[in-house]
Amino acid sequence: MSVAAITVPAVSHAPSSAEDLSEKISIRDLNFFYGDNRALKDINVPLYQGKVTAFIGPSGCGKSTLLRILNRMYDLYPNQRATGHVRIDNDDILSPSQDLNLLRAKVGMVFQKPTPFPMTIFENIAFGIRLYERLAKSELEDRVRHALERAALWEEVKNKLNANGLSLSGGQQQRLCIARTVAVRPEVILFDEPCSALDPISTAKIEELIDELKDDYTIAIVTHNMQQAARVSDFTAFMYLGELVEFGETTQIFTNPTDRRTQDYITGRFG
Amino acid sequence: MAATFQSSLYASRRRRNRISMGLAFAATAFGLSWLVLILAVLLWEGFSGLSLSVFTEMTPPPGSAGGLLNPIAGSLIMTTIAVLIGTPLGILAGTYMAEYGRYDRLTTVVRFINDILLSAPSIVVGLFVYEVMVAQMGHFSGWAGAVSLAVIVVPVVVRTTEDMLILVPDTLREAAASIGLPRSLMITKVAYRAARAGMVTGVLLAIARISGETAPLLFTALNNQFWSLNLNAPVASLPVVIFQFALSPYHDWQKLAWTGALIITLAVLALSIIARTLAVQRKTS
Repeated sequence: MSVAAITVPAVSHAPSSAEDLSEKISIRDLNFFYGDNRALKDINVPLYQGKVTAFIGPSGCGKSTLLRILNRMYDLYPNQRATGHVRIDNDDILSPSQDLNLLRAKVGMVFQKPTPFPMTIFENIAFGIRLYERLAKSELEDRVRHALERAALWEEVKNKLNANGLSLSGGQQQRLCIARTVAVRPEVILFDEPCSALDPISTAKIEELIDELKDDYTIAIVTHNMQQAARVSDFTAFMYLGELVEFGETTQIFTNPTDRRTQDYITGRFG
Repeated sequence: MAATFQSSLYASRRRRNRISMGLAFAATAFGLSWLVLILAVLLWEGFSGLSLSVFTEMTPPPGSAGGLLNPIAGSLIMTTIAVLIGTPLGILAGTYMAEYGRYDRLTTVVRFINDILLSAPSIVVGLFVYEVMVAQMGHFSGWAGAVSLAVIVVPVVVRTTEDMLILVPDTLREAAASIGLPRSLMITKVAYRAARAGMVTGVLLAIARISGETAPLLFTALNNQFWSLNLNAPVASLPVVIFQFALSPYHDWQKLAWTGALIITLAVLALSIIARTLAVQRKTS
């Protein structure tokens, strides 16, 4: 274990020995600042290849902030900076020379509010594909169809691909956004409270989808809903006031947390 | 603990409410009645002079029949050129302020100056263009007129472009960035699309604004009694012809001035209706 990892509070995960886990993303000594305000404090956490990692914790604990570092979304805004190391396949993405557009092609993101582009359903998907690949029309149509199938939306929209993306229901819009993300062929997908604006049926669909997607992608999800974290994730990280309190296999975090604060939070004593 | 209900307190509050309602209503009625009066006189005087010859004949010398073809054409040409100059400038500047330089000091300064320009008296704009163009060229010209109108278009378009782009939610920008879209494409393909209706409305409002401007044209394009499409020479325009004819002692010139005023008013009304329809579409889309 490296020196850096020792600073992780209560690293209690002991991945089942049978499984071979490889770190897709490794976060070391990560600090984040909004101006002078330190929002993340010495975070150390791995994201494993092909696994779903959930970030839970009360509002303002820094879980969304952490997620937005993984695709450097914070770069869109002034006075925000991160220090430390975030490595994806051994490339430090915090390095100033990192090409942000390439990073974001590799690390897709689905947001809290569905955010279809103001264009047709077809264009919403094709738009991202065209950024990276020059395809023949039929090939492009195949890719769009495949992405929509992947997001379990194809059956519902196959007859109205030219309708405006904004004409879909909230749950459909969110799946359209997932399809848009998948279409670019990322390696990692970040979900920032993807169901908080959706009804229970749409939520169930998205959760099912996340479960299917994890075979091909490394997934990180921020959620306020602890049942959701328990349902969809393999690993769970509990954050509190900008610190990573505990990280481990989801079953262990939810049944036998080591830290008192984790226990208090998951049993609903605060947060 | 139940509060004691004091009916006198309630009654006085109701009374005050009724008085302020009454005052607000009276003020509205007072303001509107003048507007109705102006429009009624305009419609009455304007429509009685409206005929086909207004659109087919040149401005007449006093005492003979004629129309407003040359000022209508002049106004259309100068307005078109002003919009062609002013709109790209305004959209580019507004885009810089809302997208690239949103957090820059420069944007604050530009916005401040733009607001001053937005409310600057148009006669000042006319004098400015007179100094830099007319005085240098040695004669009045349609180009100078168009430029002075463009100077009025720019701040309107800058303002609406910036406002409309700022209304585009940041989540949409983040979504665009999240698939690796470079900023330039995010602006042209996503933000412009989301703000399109509002930005078009801004341009329409700018057209409405300049179609009645007289002062800047008096100093620049001046007037021309004859048919002329030469932009290097003085060009007639509706507002200036209205100004000249309405102040004249000749009845038929005054009549034409009313008709010209009606035409401008109807054109502005049409533009406003289109702008409003677009605004409604924006809300419901």
